[in-house]
Amino acid sequence: MSGYLAMGGHAFFVWGSYAVAVVLLGGLTVWSLADRRRLRREIEARGLERRR
Amino acid sequence: MSRPAANLHFLANPARFRRFVARVLPALWLVTAASLAGGLWLALVTAPVDYQQGHTVRIMFVHVPSAWLSMAGYALLAGLGASLLVWRHPLAALMARAAAPVGACFAAICLLTGSLWGKPMWGAWWVWDARLTSMLLLFFLYLGHIALTRAYDNPDRGDRAAAILALVGVVNVPVIKFSVDWWHTLHQPASVVKIGGPTIHPTILWPLLAMAAALLLLFVALVLMRTDSEIDRRRLELAERPS
Amino acid sequence: MTPKRKRLWLLLGSMGVLGAALALVLVSLSDNLVFFYSPTQVAEKSLPPDRRFRLGGLVEPGSVTKEDQGQVTRFRVTDTRRSIEVVYRGLLPDLFREGQGVVTEGSLSAGGVFLAREVLAKHDETYMPPEVAKALKDAGHWRDGAKK
Repeated sequence: MSGYLAMGGHAFFVWGSYAVAVVLLGGLTVWSLADRRRLRREIEARGLERRR
Repeated sequence: MSRPAANLHFLANPARFRRFVARVLPALWLVTAASLAGGLWLALVTAPVDYQQGHTVRIMFVHVPSAWLSMAGYALLAGLGASLLVWRHPLAALMARAAAPVGACFAAICLLTGSLWGKPMWGAWWVWDARLTSMLLLFFLYLGHIALTRAYDNPDRGDRAAAILALVGVVNVPVIKFSVDWWHTLHQPASVVKIGGPTIHPTILWPLLAMAAALLLLFVALVLMRTDSEIDRRRLELAERPS
Repeated sequence: MTPKRKRLWLLLGSMGVLGAALALVLVSLSDNLVFFYSPTQVAEKSLPPDRRFRLGGLVEPGSVTKEDQGQVTRFRVTDTRRSIEVVYRGLLPDLFREGQGVVTEGSLSAGGVFLAREVLAKHDETYMPPEVAKALKDAGHWRDGAKK
C-alpha cells in the first residue's frame, strides 16, 4: 500500500496532478452551485416568477 | 432560413432550454459522478505502469482529457460566437458566458498537470516549445473572453466583443493540435487521435478514454447548469434596469 | 440577400482571410518556431561556435560514457544520418537512455563538440505496460507499431 502511494518515487507529481484537478474542478462546481442558489433566492425575493 | 444543428434548435428558446435542463440535470449529475468514480478507479488502480515512465503515466489520465476539453471548449465558444453574430440566437451569448470559465479551468489543469509531468520525465517544469506556448495562449484567450464579457456596462456589447475574440482565437486550436507535427517540439506527437490509430496499449488507452468521457460529462453538466444560472442573472439585470 | 445570410458570408469571409494570414505568419516564422535542430540541420547551417541553440535527436546506442566520477557524461546525438558528440556536466533526467530522444541546449566548441548546459529527455508517443514491451522485444517486433 505504501509502495502504491509512493507512485514509484513520483508521489508528489502524480498525486499533485490529481489534487490540482480536484481543487480546480471541485472549486468551480461548488462556486457554480453557490452562485446558482444565490441567483434563485434573489429571483424569488424580487417576486420574479420563473416561467415553467 | 438555415438552421445550424436543427435537432438542437429547440434549445435556442430560453424557456424550453430551462425545462430541458430541469429534466436532464439531476440524472446527468448522477451519471457524471458514477463515471468519475469509475474513471478514477481505472486510472489510479487498474491501469498498469508504463514501461518507460512508470507511475507518472497516470498523470496522462487527467492531462490529456483536460487538453481535449479545453480545445473543444474554445471551439464551442467560437460556434456560439458565430451563432450570436450571425443568427442572434438569444441563448448563445449566455452559454458562452457560462462555458468560458469551465474551459479556462480545463486549460489551467492541462498546463499545471503538464508541468508536474514534465519535471520528472523531461527534466523541466516548462519549455517554450510550440505545443506548450500555443496551449498557454489558449488559456490567455479564455481569460480574454471572460474579461471582455464583463468589460462593458451594456452586457450585449461585451457578448459581441467576446464572440469576435472567440472566432479570431479559434484559429489557435488547430495550431495546438498540429504543432507537434509541424515543428520540432519537446512535447511528443499525438498518441490517440492520429493516422494509423492510437499508439497506446489498450490497458492504458481504456482508462484514458473512461476519464475523458467522465470529464466530458462534467463539462456538459457544468455548462448546462451555468447557462441556466446566466439566464437568471440576465433576468435580474433586466429587472433592475428601468425600461 | 437577407441580413442573416449577409452576416454569415461576412463571417466566413473574415475567417478565411484570418486563416490565410495566420498560415502566412506561421510559414514565415517556421524557422523560429523550431524548438531544436537535428544534427543534419546543424551541419547544413554551419552555426558559429558560442552561438547558443538546442540540439535534438536520439542518444546513439553504445555512445554514452562517464568521466570525472560520473559527473560528466559524453554521448552522441544522432538523427540516424549524422551525429554530433555532446559533453554535459550535471544531473540527467530520468528518461535519459540510449536509443531515446533527447534535447540539449548549449553551443558548439571550435572542435565541433557540443557543450551542453541543459539536457532534457524527449519521449515518444507510445505507452504500454512493461510486460508488453518485454514480450514485443522478445518476439522481435519492437517498434513495429510505433512507426509513423
